[in-house]
Amino acid sequence: MLKLRDFESTDFFEILKDRHPDKLGDWSQLNGTYDSNNYNFLEGTTVLAIVYKDGVIMAGDRQATEGYQVGERRIQKVYKIDRHSAIAVAGVAGPCIEIAKLFQVQIEFYEKIEGVPLSLDGQANYLSSLVRSNLSLAMQGLIVLPLFSGYDLKNNVGRIFKYDALGGRYEEDTYYAIGSGGKDARSTLKKLYQTDLDKETALKIAVEALWDAADEDIATGGPDLIRKIFPTFTIITKEGVSEVPEDTIGELFQDLISRLVQS
Amino acid sequence: MSTPYYVSPDQIWEDKKDFVNRGIEQAKEVIVLEYKNGLLMVAENPRKTIFKMSEIYDRIALASTGRVSEYEALRVAGIREAEIKGYTYYREDVTGKWLTNLYSQHMSAIAQAWDTKPLEIELLVCEIDGLSSVRSQIYKITFDGTYEEKERFAAIGGKADSIIEFLENTYQEELDIKDAIQLAAKTLESIEADAPDSYEINPNTIEIACLDATLDRRKFHRFTIQEIDEILGNAS
Repeated sequence: MLKLRDFESTDFFEILKDRHPDKLGDWSQLNGTYDSNNYNFLEGTTVLAIVYKDGVIMAGDRQATEGYQVGERRIQKVYKIDRHSAIAVAGVAGPCIEIAKLFQVQIEFYEKIEGVPLSLDGQANYLSSLVRSNLSLAMQGLIVLPLFSGYDLKNNVGRIFKYDALGGRYEEDTYYAIGSGGKDARSTLKKLYQTDLDKETALKIAVEALWDAADEDIATGGPDLIRKIFPTFTIITKEGVSEVPEDTIGELFQDLISRLVQS
Repeated sequence: MSTPYYVSPDQIWEDKKDFVNRGIEQAKEVIVLEYKNGLLMVAENPRKTIFKMSEIYDRIALASTGRVSEYEALRVAGIREAEIKGYTYYREDVTGKWLTNLYSQHMSAIAQAWDTKPLEIELLVCEIDGLSSVRSQIYKITFDGTYEEKERFAAIGGKADSIIEFLENTYQEELDIKDAIQLAAKTLESIEADAPDSYEINPNTIEIACLDATLDRRKFHRFTIQEIDEILGNAS
């Protein structure tokens, strides 16, 4: 039978913890810092976000590593959250994807119960607490880090939020990249970024940043021209969240490659 | 020690039924009907933030008539249970029939308890894109938890029977959204025609929502006053 207790709660994570703790990870069994050679789990690598004049573009490569092996070639690292926001994740793949899923369910749950969407700042703050809930995992060296972006309908601007392993929330107003190749992607973004970018240029810059990340960082995957696997690009504007078609991404990488070959 | 009066179980049950029916007779109606793209839900409701139908899960909506507070509690509980089920298994595993059973068990337990009053509401659980054999399902649940499956159209509220009668003569399949809304508005007007305080349907007094199969994952859409204005205005 239905139980009407805690019906006023808008926190789905809280309800799960209370009623179904078995459905959430219990990391207390893990001991000591981990050494990726001895464990069988995947790690996701580079994701980035870049603000342009109509919103934000988020991108992620498709590779996950298992120690020094390629664990997965088609993993998805960027997920739509609501009509105007998306999350990208880097770190231990299992909990990363679980956090993205839980976050998405939570934001929709809130919207349905309240009748209005949770504000972008509200979403960013809530994500802090989700990252913090993974603290015991982070202490073992198993880090789960999100990059969160959305379109702020009040101020008509794209916004980016980055997090640290302890749940700290920091806002970036231009671009950011995280993951093992994040630093390399950031260097490229730093050199190429300008304010008020149009969509085409912003996409080109993002493509080049991911290329450089894959070039420098062994864990980041570049475009796989044989299997036709390309990084994903998600665009968040006033109109909503959309995916850049695979063909377009393929062409963008081809353009970049022919430019690199010529020079 | 005094002996309590004996009241037969039949009598207790009849009293509870009377109690609920007195409330439902006063309740404003909700009409649900199948149209080209899914299910349309229409009710007279001048309120702007308190709704009679709402989204539960991707393909499922809940319409209700009667006490708002009781409906709200069931709505929120339904969303919560659906999210937990979808999170545990997979989103498409959350079905209208499952939700109907959940509500039915709850309402029947409350109706049979000796120390509570039965819920003074009627519900319509609406679902599209479920089983491949049917395009849409409508389940009507009454206060005691009994439920039945309705085809093509259904109504709850005081004059539900007159609505069904009217629709049996006027309903057509494959209506587009405009014609379906027109039909629902006409139905609402017809049942109020001989009432002393009859009213005219206008965008400010009507609540319209639909489950539209052509939408992405979340099929529920609530029409804004502007959208309703366009649809009703163009026709006249």
